[in-house]
Amino acid sequence: MDVMPKWADVLLVPVISLILAMVISALVILGIGEDPWAALKLMVQGSFGSTYGWGYTLFYATNFIFTGLAFAVASHAAMFNIGAEGQATLGGLGVALVCLALPWPHWTLALPAAMAGGALFGAAWAFLPAWLAAKRGSHIVITTIMFNFIGAAVLNYMLVNAMRPEGSMDPASAKFPDGTNLPTLHEMLAVVGIPFAKSAPANVALLIALLACFLVWLLLWRTRFGFELRAYGKSESGAIYAGISPTKIIIVAMLISGGLSGLMAVNNVMGEAERLVLNSVEGAGFIGIAVALMGRNHPLGILISAILFGFLYQGGAELALWTTIPRELIVVIQGLVILFTGALDNMVRMPIERLFLWRRRSRQTAGE
Amino acid sequence: MDFATLIQILDSSLRLATPLLLACLAGLFSERSGIFDIGLEAKMLISAFFSAAFAYTTGSVWLGLLAGILASMVFAGIHGLASITFRGNQLISGVALNFLASGMTVLIAQDWFQQGGRTPSLIGRARFEGIELPFAIGPSDAEAAGRPLSELLAEAGPLQLFYSELVSGHSVLVYVALLAVPASWWVLFRTRFGLRLRAVGENPAAVDTAGISVIGLRYSAMVIVGLLCGLAGAYLATGLQAGFVKDMTAGRGYIALAALIFAKWRPWHALGACLLFGLLQALALRTDVVEALFRFKLPVQFLDSLPYILTVVILAGFVGKAIPPRAGGEPYVKER
Repeated sequence: MDVMPKWADVLLVPVISLILAMVISALVILGIGEDPWAALKLMVQGSFGSTYGWGYTLFYATNFIFTGLAFAVASHAAMFNIGAEGQATLGGLGVALVCLALPWPHWTLALPAAMAGGALFGAAWAFLPAWLAAKRGSHIVITTIMFNFIGAAVLNYMLVNAMRPEGSMDPASAKFPDGTNLPTLHEMLAVVGIPFAKSAPANVALLIALLACFLVWLLLWRTRFGFELRAYGKSESGAIYAGISPTKIIIVAMLISGGLSGLMAVNNVMGEAERLVLNSVEGAGFIGIAVALMGRNHPLGILISAILFGFLYQGGAELALWTTIPRELIVVIQGLVILFTGALDNMVRMPIERLFLWRRRSRQTAGE
Repeated sequence: MDFATLIQILDSSLRLATPLLLACLAGLFSERSGIFDIGLEAKMLISAFFSAAFAYTTGSVWLGLLAGILASMVFAGIHGLASITFRGNQLISGVALNFLASGMTVLIAQDWFQQGGRTPSLIGRARFEGIELPFAIGPSDAEAAGRPLSELLAEAGPLQLFYSELVSGHSVLVYVALLAVPASWWVLFRTRFGLRLRAVGENPAAVDTAGISVIGLRYSAMVIVGLLCGLAGAYLATGLQAGFVKDMTAGRGYIALAALIFAKWRPWHALGACLLFGLLQALALRTDVVEALFRFKLPVQFLDSLPYILTVVILAGFVGKAIPPRAGGEPYVKER
């Protein structure tokens, strides 16, 4: 059945795909008349060379862990949730409403409440597409795309008409009270005496993201529901035969997925911006797809590829700052990574499979 | 609301519906052949950039159009390669191409023109100008009379106004888009190629058994997609507006996809859906009219999202059922 050993499937294929994407990216950089090697050095220096760089890299990675996990959970149930963008947008609204509702005395009280708000709003935004998919057979991809746009409109309406402070022209909410400010890595590491850049936005949400990775792993591979979810994703008819309810799987998987997307807002809205602005998600919902694809839908893989994409983001920002290369280079690299690790997967896989097949055959003939 | 305002709104509806219609018909061919395409946006965007860039550089809008179509076809080809040859996930391919187009256009534009990721404004022959149909009041009449066009139109009768403002005066691509509707219907439902294309989207194995190439049919659908999306993008950058700006498609590819579902994968209904969505876009630009019409302030965000809301309602199956082509999204594997 399996032609390739497992290590080739989880490591070799993604790494080769990644290298291909990087080679083409290098050609693109060459094409616009810049030096790819110098660009790469600048990117590495800018994202890993200082605690300031690390702070940004980990901040972006935190976003991508949440959206990557969101995509992976839905994906294991054979649901292509392309709506993390909208769910994270609504999650931001939930977090903002919670933060502005009370004069929070301390972040330890505000954080759990904001997490609940974000997850609830994100899950709510996933509920209708999930219900329509389970009950009415509507295609989840199209409905979640539509909900991304509707979500953007809802946020726009709320910011312009309801949450904008009196007299402000800016479509943004008021600043959150001081009691909701999350401790940054600088403050957290200062307690144990490790110096860390003060202005970098990475914050306590990183720990929540790591915890989420562990909990998702626990849910998918160590619980009965996780087993049912994966069984349904592998074979719908088989799962139904085993007495698993498709409606339950679809709706619960999508609610978890939407909730994880919504949790992202704890990092970017509560942790960094400390107010709600338009387009606060900045495409992280879509990057989650790439992260999950590269991470092979496994929490550990997602963690690693989220850091890789965090590096791309921070490195790209540094490039735009110090060279004439526009920030859109990251979008190109991102597109190439999704293309090679996702859509053109078979292009890499087929020759490698053939190689392993050939090796096995030659070994068999040698043994005879 | 007076008659002149109504005509104005319908006129801008038609202009705004044109790129939607071309992209929607592109999606129609793709999905009828069994290939999901959420990358319509990408192809429109890359075509918008290359048409504007070449039109500016060569001074000829027709060369620009050609470049736009070619660029769009390259992207359609990559989508075909990923989803037909390498049997990859068509949705992921679409997502990837959307990113690629969004980034590449700005990157190349910045390298080429150094104007912050846009092309210089197009003037004269580098743009598609409106065509004046016979007997219509147009800019040339205004020039001959030595008076502004709006004055002449204000004096015209309702029928003349309707003809001059709504029927006449559009760029050639608007008429091409309208003609593409019967042409698509004829190709899909009255030719052998169309029959086979529809069959390959429903049951590719049966088509294969009949000795017809599934791969060949699907790739030819990709060529049509490239052509139509190329026209749509070129119209955006050289007809509707005068030049390329970053992410100028602004979700039109997704609205076209919504229109396709709204039309339940049929050409004539696609025309209706795109005109409706074009009207919604036109109304979102004229909130004063909407206010006068409904007597209360309708949020502009609601109008903006109405196409998406309507599509979800249609998808929910409460207003007739939208059934996509059966083999859509599944790569075809010959049995061995």
